[in-house]
Amino acid sequence: MAILPELTLLSAAVAFFGLSLSKQLDGVQTRNTAVAFGIVTFICSLITLNDQGSVFMGAYRVDLFSQFFKLVISMGLVFVLIAGQNLKDIELEIRPEYYMFLFLSCLGLMSLVSSVELITLFVSLELSSFALYLMVPMRSDRKGLRMQMEAGIKYILFGVFATGCMLYGMSYIYGLTGTTYLTDIVTGLQKVSSQPAAFFAVVMVLAGFFYKLAIFPMHFWVPDIYQGASNETTAFVATVPKLGAVALLIRFVILLPGHADILVGLLMVLAICSMFYGNLCALVQTDVKRMLGYSGIAHAGFILLGLLTLKVSGYATVMYYIAGYVFMNIACYMVLANVSANGENLEISDLNGLHRRQPMLAFVLAVGLFALAGIPPMVGFMGEFMFLAGALREGHIVLVTLAAVNAGIAIYYYLLVIKAAYTADPEERPSVEIDGLTRFTGVLLVLIILLMGAFPSKIIAFAGTAVQTIM
Amino acid sequence: MDCLILKEGFPLLSFLIFFPLAGAVVMFFFSGERFARWWTLAVTTVEAVVSIPLITGFDTTTVKYQFAEMHTWIPQWHINYILGVDGISILLVLLSTLIMPFCVLASWRYIKTRVTQFMICLLIMQVSMVGLFVALDFMLFWVFWEFMLIPMYLLIAVWGGPRKEYASIKFFIYTMAGSVFLLVAIIALYLKNGSFFIPDMMWQNYSTTFQILVFLAFFLAFAIKVPMFPFHTWLPAAHVEAPTAGSVILASVLLKMGTYGMLRFCLPITPEATFTLAPYILWLSIAGIMYGGFTALAQHDMKKLVAYSSVGHMGFVTLGIFILNSRGVEGAIMQMINHGVTTGALFLCVGMIYERTHSRELRLATGVGKYMPWYVTFLAFFSLSSFGFPGTNSFIGEFLVLAGTFDVNKPLALAAIPGTVLAAAYMLRMLQKIIWGGTDNPDQSYLKDLGFREIITLAPFLFFVFWIGLGPQPFIDLMHTSVVNLLQQLNDWQQQANVAAIILQ
Repeated sequence: MAILPELTLLSAAVAFFGLSLSKQLDGVQTRNTAVAFGIVTFICSLITLNDQGSVFMGAYRVDLFSQFFKLVISMGLVFVLIAGQNLKDIELEIRPEYYMFLFLSCLGLMSLVSSVELITLFVSLELSSFALYLMVPMRSDRKGLRMQMEAGIKYILFGVFATGCMLYGMSYIYGLTGTTYLTDIVTGLQKVSSQPAAFFAVVMVLAGFFYKLAIFPMHFWVPDIYQGASNETTAFVATVPKLGAVALLIRFVILLPGHADILVGLLMVLAICSMFYGNLCALVQTDVKRMLGYSGIAHAGFILLGLLTLKVSGYATVMYYIAGYVFMNIACYMVLANVSANGENLEISDLNGLHRRQPMLAFVLAVGLFALAGIPPMVGFMGEFMFLAGALREGHIVLVTLAAVNAGIAIYYYLLVIKAAYTADPEERPSVEIDGLTRFTGVLLVLIILLMGAFPSKIIAFAGTAVQTIM
Repeated sequence: MDCLILKEGFPLLSFLIFFPLAGAVVMFFFSGERFARWWTLAVTTVEAVVSIPLITGFDTTTVKYQFAEMHTWIPQWHINYILGVDGISILLVLLSTLIMPFCVLASWRYIKTRVTQFMICLLIMQVSMVGLFVALDFMLFWVFWEFMLIPMYLLIAVWGGPRKEYASIKFFIYTMAGSVFLLVAIIALYLKNGSFFIPDMMWQNYSTTFQILVFLAFFLAFAIKVPMFPFHTWLPAAHVEAPTAGSVILASVLLKMGTYGMLRFCLPITPEATFTLAPYILWLSIAGIMYGGFTALAQHDMKKLVAYSSVGHMGFVTLGIFILNSRGVEGAIMQMINHGVTTGALFLCVGMIYERTHSRELRLATGVGKYMPWYVTFLAFFSLSSFGFPGTNSFIGEFLVLAGTFDVNKPLALAAIPGTVLAAAYMLRMLQKIIWGGTDNPDQSYLKDLGFREIITLAPFLFFVFWIGLGPQPFIDLMHTSVVNLLQQLNDWQQQANVAAIILQ
């Protein structure tokens, strides 16, 4: 029963497949079913948190590390489902399909974090990605611009390219070690660790996950897809898949015994480029989703700061931070999805005077953005602090200074949005109505963001133990 | 950890930090402007009363941190929740608890929109102010230091004047940009010492380069907060646009965080860099005093005038700190308190005029003395205090600072003298215009004199103006032991360094 969450997701996907065949669709009912399945998945993940085991001839392993990620994935899923519950921009007839792909994508992610064999891993990754490729163009075609089609095609092309890189790297790994099991690969790579091919192979595989996490130079898809996809889809694309990417990055960075210096150097360069590129581009955005996309690139750079310490404490911080990142972002996207009247994209000026139109959403947005900006005592700050402290402990003074500069730059564009929400005049913009569930979820997200930031030690300790199980 | 005197029983300092927070949380569940006003007044008054035992129970003979509390917080990074007060911080803690009820009173009618949120911001502000002055763990300090930006930003950005967007963003970004390197410096110090406990970081033998770098990171953050010339440009904008209560908090407490940081961190953690760089900072202080004085002289906006005078007054504080003798430092701390009392009161006075005339223009407020005798009486005393008239509080502070400076460096002291003259010039100019004006005064006959609430708001400030002015000894006694100890250790450290240098030769 260790794979209970996956089974729930699978049954949810099947159920929605059945629902998609029915002629009489009820939007509210569909939504309620989805949220209910999401909550059941979360409960299952909670139940199986401490389970251990392995299935499919050792290709699929359930351990503390994978269960930690599954728990956060299921939480993220529930929050995304509630944040985007109205699916304003998805036509009613295709909503069951939309939900089906959403659950399939989550299923792919959950099996991704449990995969310890290259083929399983690849299949899981593709399952999660292809579902997303289909969700992006499902946005209804307003104004005939076909923006969602452009986004969908870009997503697939970039995605296939990244997958190609990864497969290429995997073929090298198999060629060098003769196995597809990660545990055997570690020992196999140790024998050939002096060869550049081993380094090349791992970096190529990493590139595939850099794509998922949107790290420079694999970031090009981010702003366009965020902009082209509906608000609800972006809320998912921008958050939950990154959990899978981070889990696998940790698994693969651990693999590489030799070449540590070169790997650290490479990650350092990528981190600096991502941070500067993301932050500087975000400064000039007017579309909120694009801005959040660029800020996501900058945050991905910060995450590399934790990875490149190559220490258990660094990996634990990465796990803590990415969990917090998911909640901070969902808080922001929840506001966007609710403020957007018909599911259209929002300019920063569309948030003007939000505190008068809907004080609750303005508050959630402010907390989410201040957390992303790294203001204590919120989770974004604690993660950032631990990244800086960990990197400085390894002696990367230049990197830390540049990261600190970036933290200073980032505050500006977050403040622009907060300024619009709190100080600008609403003018003619209508007030925003939200239901009790959204209100409750908003409070819950704010509490999670604050409490994770104020009391990080338990989570860090837990993440540390989880990482040790896969070392 | 033996420099702490742990408090048994009731955790007074924690209560002072978290009681306003609890008060703010309660307000989320109740609406109604009336309730918000009275509730906040009650919370801040209770807070002020509860903080009195800090004085009565304070032991002036010890240099240890008193009322201390200690709990582990994040063991992985050796971050602890450690609180305590000593002679340097006690007056500042009391200043921030005692001033808040009057901020609430000053906002009673001034704030008309979204009163509940305003009051929540005030209470959250109080949390971070008290927390910052009593934190003995550097991370805890940092958390309060940064968090403080959010309520202050909202106070300016939501309830501010016409240019509130510009002023609030400038305030936020300026302060935040200054302090990112402070975080790096804190982490660097942690990696050297293995703990974030502030006293553990003091008087260690760091290398010269390390000290200079850390000092510069500290100095940038603190100088922006003070603000020292040339980092002061955010201050007039923020002051002018902030609502009265925001200005009072900004002037009375926020600016002190910078000078408090210099005393608490720069001197003991980086003594060598302090000795090396002090001369430059001293002359920068002089520049600030002169600059503040001259610009204040040219202002037509009363709030701007008081804001620029702040730059000058804070110049005296940094002058006193970096002159590094006991008169100077004690004078500096006194001046911090005095500035909090006097400038806070002046901002209240400006706010009261603004509520009546809806303008801060000096020429529209001329000749109100005839119609508002009570008001101008208060204003006159606060203005006299502002330029250090003997018998008022600022005289004590400025005199001590100047006396300390004369002991060490005569040219420097002489250079500061014109600053005090300038202060008299701009304050008397403002006073003359407001009380009497000229032959072309606008019609002020519609003005009502101060009401009971407003007199209650101003009277305690006046009380402290005279108490500190006429009998400053109790205040100096509170800080004396700690200051002497700080300077003694600084001296010892310098002698040690000299001996080491001689041995090396």
